Amino acid sequence: MRLNKIATAAVAVLLVVPLAACSGSSDTKSSSTAKAGATLTYWASNQGTSLDNDKQVLTPELKKFTQQTGIKVNLEVVPWADLLNRVLAATTSGKGPDVVNIGNTWSSSVQATGAFLPFDDATLTAIGGKSRFLAGSMAATGVAGQPPAALPIYSMAYGLYYNKKQFKAAGISSPPKTWDEFLVDAKKLTTPKHWALSLEAGSKTENIHTAFTLSQQQGGSWFDTAGKATFNTPQNVAAIKQYIDFMQTDKIVNPSDAQYSNGTEALKDFATGTTSMVFWQAAQASLKELGMNPDDIGVAPVPLPATLAAGGKPVTSMVAGINLGIFKNTKNKDAAIAFVKFMTSKPEQQMLNKTYGSLPSVTDAYSDPAFQTPNLLVIKDVLSKSAAPLPQVPGESQFEKLVGAAMTTLFADAATGKTVTSAQIADVLAAAQQQVTD
Amino acid sequence: MVDAVKATVPGGRAPVSSVVKVPGGRAPVNPVRRRKRRQWLPYVLLIPAIVMELLIHIIPMLVGVLMSFFKMTQLYLGNWRQAPFAHLDNYRLALDFNQPAGKALLHSFMVTIAFTLIVLACSWSIGLFAAVLTQRPFRGRGIVRTLLLVPFALPIFASVITWNFMAQRDTGAINHVLVNQLHLTQGNPFWLIGGNSFVTITLVVIWRTWPFAFLMMSAGMQSIPADVYEAAVLDGAGIVTQLRRVTLPLLAPVNRVLVLVLFLWTFNDFTTPYTLFGDTTPAQADLISIHIYQNSFGTWNFGTGSAMSVLLLLFLMVVTGIYLAFVNRRTDSA
Repeated sequence: MRLNKIATAAVAVLLVVPLAACSGSSDTKSSSTAKAGATLTYWASNQGTSLDNDKQVLTPELKKFTQQTGIKVNLEVVPWADLLNRVLAATTSGKGPDVVNIGNTWSSSVQATGAFLPFDDATLTAIGGKSRFLAGSMAATGVAGQPPAALPIYSMAYGLYYNKKQFKAAGISSPPKTWDEFLVDAKKLTTPKHWALSLEAGSKTENIHTAFTLSQQQGGSWFDTAGKATFNTPQNVAAIKQYIDFMQTDKIVNPSDAQYSNGTEALKDFATGTTSMVFWQAAQASLKELGMNPDDIGVAPVPLPATLAAGGKPVTSMVAGINLGIFKNTKNKDAAIAFVKFMTSKPEQQMLNKTYGSLPSVTDAYSDPAFQTPNLLVIKDVLSKSAAPLPQVPGESQFEKLVGAAMTTLFADAATGKTVTSAQIADVLAAAQQQVTD
Repeated sequence: MVDAVKATVPGGRAPVSSVVKVPGGRAPVNPVRRRKRRQWLPYVLLIPAIVMELLIHIIPMLVGVLMSFFKMTQLYLGNWRQAPFAHLDNYRLALDFNQPAGKALLHSFMVTIAFTLIVLACSWSIGLFAAVLTQRPFRGRGIVRTLLLVPFALPIFASVITWNFMAQRDTGAINHVLVNQLHLTQGNPFWLIGGNSFVTITLVVIWRTWPFAFLMMSAGMQSIPADVYEAAVLDGAGIVTQLRRVTLPLLAPVNRVLVLVLFLWTFNDFTTPYTLFGDTTPAQADLISIHIYQNSFGTWNFGTGSAMSVLLLLFLMVVTGIYLAFVNRRTDSA
């Protein structure tokens, strides 16, 4: 008898424990929101040199926010490799953070899921008005004509970073403005032991960022106005061919770069002087971190064709940056909006962008002299004058994946000695286009 | 499966054990009543396991099957209850081998089959070879066996990321040895992209897998009595004959399970290729689990991803079924 009782009790415990564990988490969440001092969960992206570094940068700022508003913030820094999947999982389950950082190129795709709180006019006014933000960065916050899905907090643009010392040694007085000049300079800089340019050629995102810019210069586009994919066009083929030819025909890039995929290797090569040039987003802070002498760092806009093709645009960069969004399911909507207001406020924008080496996304923050250095002014100029947002259509994330993967394969072919022809690029793009689902 | 149970019954002593007296020594007062009252207990004790099995295995699997019939794209992630029914569209997309998506899946499937067969054959052979070498006791046998198990015992990420470093073109140890020391090739070959990537992933997985085959077969060999070998030697059997006529037949039960487990593990391996190649898997080494992952998470199309997973599940079930039926028939006739 006693044995039976014990067994029954054990079974009951075994059955109840997991259930209790499941319900426990949701209980605590709802009870904490009922109180006046709400707690927000914030997923930050990795902007610093490490996740810990981000935590060190953000924690004192979040403390300031708690002091001002009484709202507590639970910070989690999510690595880039996991961020999109985490956002997707939170979208599907309806349980996630209250506020989250996203790469601004995901804005429209994330917007299409309906998981984010749209920043309508009333909300924008509460934050300080749409006009405070840089127009360029605001163009990368979702489909045009719809309320933004997420607001820009860190802004960036691509520039051509070059090693001043090596340029001088090669007898080059100023950075190239056209692709013709670029190739002439690059060939001067390339020796049997030294490559002129390093590329993160195994990285899908880096590849499509460049493909986008080069295609804009050729007058191409990756989606039509209705949001349908138009990958296989002569302009896009020419853009990718030009990019791959840096390695294949012009031989100014080390074929080994085809396996650079983690988003730091090409920059490291440049920082250590192994190469003389690299296309990168606001890299000043990272380059210093990697030990490059700040006096050697030069930056210029990415070159343009000497004469633009018909329909070609003088675009030298995508609008890069990080946006801050609010999950629709948040139970602390007002607290979340207060947090976005705090993060886009002038002092925070100055403080955080200074630390991360990026540019503020609100105009009033530029009064700080830290954003008036010659190198940052070049990037700021690019952002305001010659940067275009990646296609703001729901299929954008598929473009990144499909075309990005196709380009890494093409680079791998070029690196391993196969010849990549325009016809082959067209085939690959046609296949990628067929795989886009809407 | 039924055959397998039948095969084990003659040796079993199941009916006897229930009559055995309670060890406590007290004479059972009313054995029939007591047994009746206890009968529900085993089933109750099973409930937690069944509930967990349902929660962890069966229900997610059914959800995956269900998802494969819906148009589960990014537009319906937030409100997946509204995702439209897709009939067999996802399957049609995956199986239309004239279209890029189907062609890519077929390519990936073929790569995976070739990869699995090579890994299986090599891992099993090396495992058997090592097990035979360490079968007889010798000085330091324990240490040798432990060392051989190291690749299997290391955490996957730690060991595979080391391979990734070694396989780098300019700075990797592999090219340093092959090119700089031995001068076997001109120019540094790539190991992580292009055609060689298939070689690299196959070698790394064999390196990781064979110690398990070795472990299982070593354990199996422990139970082969030494006098069988003595008898074989007296009959004039050499090492090869001993292996063929004594070791392998007596290892057959172990090998039946081992080959199946190795096949399933290798076929489904995700961590090794993902760690080795990162986010961009070269086409030549596009293993199917990675392929399905990229199709689900890369394009946010979980319906198609699920359909591919279901197809994979069906394939593995068919292979496993045929394998078990074949192996069991052989046991019965033997």
